[in-house]
Amino acid sequence: MMENVVIRTVSRLAVPFIQIFALYVIVHGASGAGGGFQGGVVFAASFILMIIAFGTANVRRRIDNRGIMWLSVIGITIYAGIGFLALLMAGNFLEYAAIEAVLGIPHLHGILIDLVEAGIGIAVMAAMVSIIYDISGNGEESS
Amino acid sequence: MTIINHIPVFLVAIPILASLLILATGWYDRRFCYPIALITILSQFLASLAILLRVLDGGTIRYHLGSWAPPLGIELVIDSFNGFILVAILLLAAATIVYARRSVEKEIAPDKIVSFYVLFQLLVTGLVGMTITGDVFNLYVFLEISSIAAYTLIASSRKPHSYLASFNYLILGSIAAGFILLGIGNLYVVTGTLNMAELATLLPASYHLATVHSAFLFLMIGFSIKVAFFPLHLWLPDAYAESPSAVTVLISTVMAKVSVYALFRLLFTVFTTAYIIDSFPVTGFILLMATVAIVAGAVLAIAQEDLKRMLAYSSVSQIGYIMFALGVANEIALEGGLLHILGHAVMKGCLFMVAGLIIYRMGTSRLSDMKGLSKTMPISCAAFALAGASMIGIPPTIGFMSKYYLVLGAFEAGLWPYAAVLLVGSLLAAIYIWRFIEIAYFGDPHGGHDEDHHTHTAEREGPLSMLAPMVCLAILCLLFGIFVEVLMGAVGPAALLLLGGA
Repeated sequence: MMENVVIRTVSRLAVPFIQIFALYVIVHGASGAGGGFQGGVVFAASFILMIIAFGTANVRRRIDNRGIMWLSVIGITIYAGIGFLALLMAGNFLEYAAIEAVLGIPHLHGILIDLVEAGIGIAVMAAMVSIIYDISGNGEESS
Repeated sequence: MTIINHIPVFLVAIPILASLLILATGWYDRRFCYPIALITILSQFLASLAILLRVLDGGTIRYHLGSWAPPLGIELVIDSFNGFILVAILLLAAATIVYARRSVEKEIAPDKIVSFYVLFQLLVTGLVGMTITGDVFNLYVFLEISSIAAYTLIASSRKPHSYLASFNYLILGSIAAGFILLGIGNLYVVTGTLNMAELATLLPASYHLATVHSAFLFLMIGFSIKVAFFPLHLWLPDAYAESPSAVTVLISTVMAKVSVYALFRLLFTVFTTAYIIDSFPVTGFILLMATVAIVAGAVLAIAQEDLKRMLAYSSVSQIGYIMFALGVANEIALEGGLLHILGHAVMKGCLFMVAGLIIYRMGTSRLSDMKGLSKTMPISCAAFALAGASMIGIPPTIGFMSKYYLVLGAFEAGLWPYAAVLLVGSLLAAIYIWRFIEIAYFGDPHGGHDEDHHTHTAEREGPLSMLAPMVCLAILCLLFGIFVEVLMGAVGPAALLLLGGA
């Protein structure tokens, strides 16, 4: 159908921009308004747009439930891993300054915040997409 | 800096990772889920014991996340009050996870078992977080984590009605969470901080403001829904009766107690006694409602035909006892209330475990189907009798000790008629506990397959992993009552702390 072509073309164009914007929001979290939660939701929005335009089955073929599960695990592991890294460096949980002091790299804490935000972003994105999968699917490939 | 200084953050961060590990390994083999959950919760319990000993020894532990000092940063605080609660809830969680394995195999569809353990772990984590946080907004976040896990767990039963029960709880729980968030928002507007200790020092200047009053009422009503304080208990019977047995045990003991803890924490350490007694006197009203709850809950329990539902209404009544301590608000009554938080968790956990085992064995929880049950399930019935005696308050059980302190506290405050209501509540408890005892021990088992029952008693009682935690809790009811002095070593400082001393 005609409008289908329009929707597909426009979303094909829009998705990269949405994702770039999502990455911008995530990276901006270290120094201003933004961060992993917001960026992750925006990133998930690009997937939702793809689901609307191309159908769930199509998107699921690219990233299935197992992939989503791994993304959420990896995301939170990045977050907690950096938290525990600070413990190893004799700081408190998530004390970036401790890692910076031990490794001796200036401005490392900014990078660490970005990493933590990226972890949160990945986990939030995965959770949002899995919610969409669950409510848009007709029961197949559940759990 | 030794590792022990970081226990507070381990208590929350490790279990979250563990729940993800359960999820990840569960995709490959379902059998990995249970051991991971078991090991995590057991080590959480041991860590909580270590930390309670440290607190009793060296005073309050404060952990600043990321070394951001409060009021800017979020801190985890463990003092004698929540240290005690922490040990109590993790003890019960550990007993429940041991119990859960076989019960879950029977009551939950195989493809949901992975998500069951993930949510179970998240629920425990959320509740631990609620207990040790020193920040009101953090409290709300953990409350939501635990609530969402609980809604899903309640719906995980095979019974179709469990969806309705879960939905009911979802609606009421969300209203409660909304109220709590509004209350927190109001507090933030007035003081500009979310840290509990900071709030306690800044609030007295604004005690006259309507914003503070409304914040107090929002928080009070929100948590009253969460703890199922009498007129707001409507979600509770369905949620307890319809969820899988292991979930019932967990939410009726651990979750209910943490909500009570949060209410105590906010009322006594954020608002302090100066507010709830002098500036905005509510204790009289709470006392009145508590007595209504004690009697109404017990009367409703007597009217039930279903064992789990009966125990659920009994919880409504027992929550009344704990709120009674809040209403009296003197040291002895609070000691009684805190003892009852632990005591009720232990005995109600045991009773629900018995109910779960009966469902496991017989597939029913209707009281009328349990005639002569003591012949086939002697250990369970004995455990029920022991925990039931504690529920009634027969010495030397823990139930007696906590009610004794409550009555003493009421006497000290000169509230003679209210003390009488406590005793009436015990009598009513005797009636509903006795109903089960009478049916189980003196009822005639229907039909003529008596012989059949006698021959297979040993293997018919149930799996050891379900019997052992049940018997342990039943014996704990007794031991806690006899060695109450040991508990008072933790409860005494906690009660003083609540009243602003120590």
